[in-house]
Amino acid sequence: MSKQYETVIGLEVHVELATKTKIFCGCSTAFGGAPNTHTCPVCTGMPGSLPVLNKQVLEYVIAVGLATNCEISHYSKFDRKNYFYPDNPQNYQISQLYLPICHDGGVEIETEEGKKIVGIHEIHMEEDAGKLVHDDWEDCTMVDYNRSGVPLIEIVSEPDMRSAEEVIAYLEKLRLLIQYLGASDCKLQEGSMRADVNLSIREAGAEKMGTRTEMKNLNSFKAIARAIEGERERQIDLLEEGKEVIQETRRWDDNKEYSYAMRSKEDAQDYRYFPDPDLAPIIVSDELLREIKSKEPEFPTEKMIRYKEEYGIPDYDIEILTNTKHTADLFEETVALGADPKKVSNWLMGETMRLLKENAMEPEAICFSPENLAKLIQLVDSKAINSTVAKEVFQEMFHHDIDPEQYVEEKGLKTVNDQGALRKTIEEVMARNPKSVEDYHNGKTKAIGALVGQTMKAMQGKADPALINQILQELL
Amino acid sequence: MANIISDETIEYVGILSKLELSGEQKEQAKKDMGLMLDYIDQLSELDTTGVEPMSHIFPIHNVFRQDTVTNGDDQENILRNAPEERDGSFIVPKTVD
Ligand SMILES: [Zn+2]
Repeated sequence: MSKQYETVIGLEVHVELATKTKIFCGCSTAFGGAPNTHTCPVCTGMPGSLPVLNKQVLEYVIAVGLATNCEISHYSKFDRKNYFYPDNPQNYQISQLYLPICHDGGVEIETEEGKKIVGIHEIHMEEDAGKLVHDDWEDCTMVDYNRSGVPLIEIVSEPDMRSAEEVIAYLEKLRLLIQYLGASDCKLQEGSMRADVNLSIREAGAEKMGTRTEMKNLNSFKAIARAIEGERERQIDLLEEGKEVIQETRRWDDNKEYSYAMRSKEDAQDYRYFPDPDLAPIIVSDELLREIKSKEPEFPTEKMIRYKEEYGIPDYDIEILTNTKHTADLFEETVALGADPKKVSNWLMGETMRLLKENAMEPEAICFSPENLAKLIQLVDSKAINSTVAKEVFQEMFHHDIDPEQYVEEKGLKTVNDQGALRKTIEEVMARNPKSVEDYHNGKTKAIGALVGQTMKAMQGKADPALINQILQELL
Repeated sequence: MANIISDETIEYVGILSKLELSGEQKEQAKKDMGLMLDYIDQLSELDTTGVEPMSHIFPIHNVFRQDTVTNGDDQENILRNAPEERDGSFIVPKTVD
């Protein structure tokens, strides 16, 4: 390939807000209900029903706007986006086109070439659609409106990203900020965070943007990276063959690693937006802004500084611990219960990360409580259990959040602190292993290791290795 | 009639509204739409300098509800609106993505 191409990427990120109720009605947003059990005339689009904005939605979107350095619109309103599809019972989605609540912001990301700002064009509020299940057997579609009207915010970036790495850094940054705000759990796999990728290519150095395509159905960071690579190559191939890129929406199939065009020409995308006459305009007062600002949590960058000063743990640990709100909370809460920060960090950085990786889990899925982690550390500190047993207990805790004190008691895992019994076992071990004893006396001091091991085995692991060592030294 | 609706426009509006119009209906719709636009055009005759675009017919703003669940399970009533229902779901003709 002779020409050099630059990839230009902008993102539309939808985030499902963590409210208890829907955006315009008092129906629950809880997951897992039987079909249409969380519905009412408003969210099923019945004529004559009146939507009323959930105040929490407004507070969350403003909080996200402030955290992403956006301007907050003093005056904002809702518009109707008209389209026909059975997941949308009103035949329009309530969204914001003309006066979105937040605009002109940006977040800083780390790239290989250093720090970079990704601009945010706007953030607006809108409602989610229902769920369709196509029944091929009966040749019909089953519709469940439980998700219809669940609040979403759409964060529209500027076309400022140039690679999959930058896109992922941007998404991770958004996710981190929004999770810290408690506005959403931002799980890509479960769809509470969705990203549509707008991508175009142009010859390196060119001013003019190429024709862009929009890609949907990307539900993991890996799928996003693969889709970007695949679409970049598809567009380059078209241009190299002298063909044109068509502006269209494409659906990514991550199994086939291929995208295909989603809509035919018959489905013209003309949303005929107009102001929603049922919803009153929103005026954001300075007082409301101050109130939301005052509730702002401590963000990762601030936490990192405080952790360094307060806990004296390594920078690397700090970075990993503050990387998700869940691990940061777990760390702080365990330390608040009196556990040593360094030890808490060690458990979280070592065994926890190892088990997460082994089970292909996200840190958000950690289920053990700070209380139980503090108890486990206490058990080790008081020498009630040794480090090998502690790891075994931790594994149980990681999977089932068991109470370590109770577990150790029930399974009889406590270290035998009865020196008399231990001494007797050591004497027996020495009697059974005259070779090791002899080796030791002949200057092979390493032989003591074998004797410690044999003793541990005889004690079924329930002994303090340091104490065994000490007694052995005396007896030898 | 000052506004003349073209065949392409009526065709396009038909697609957007999911309506299949006969030749006769198309001609009638073209005429009706033209007259409606003429009627609306009268608004342009008014001097609106300094008038803010209206977002709502009432002088109200900030009408909110608290984030509290107030609706229970009303599946049975809601499904009465379904053209057909099965296992708690609305059944509609298959719509291809
Ligand atoms: Zn509802």
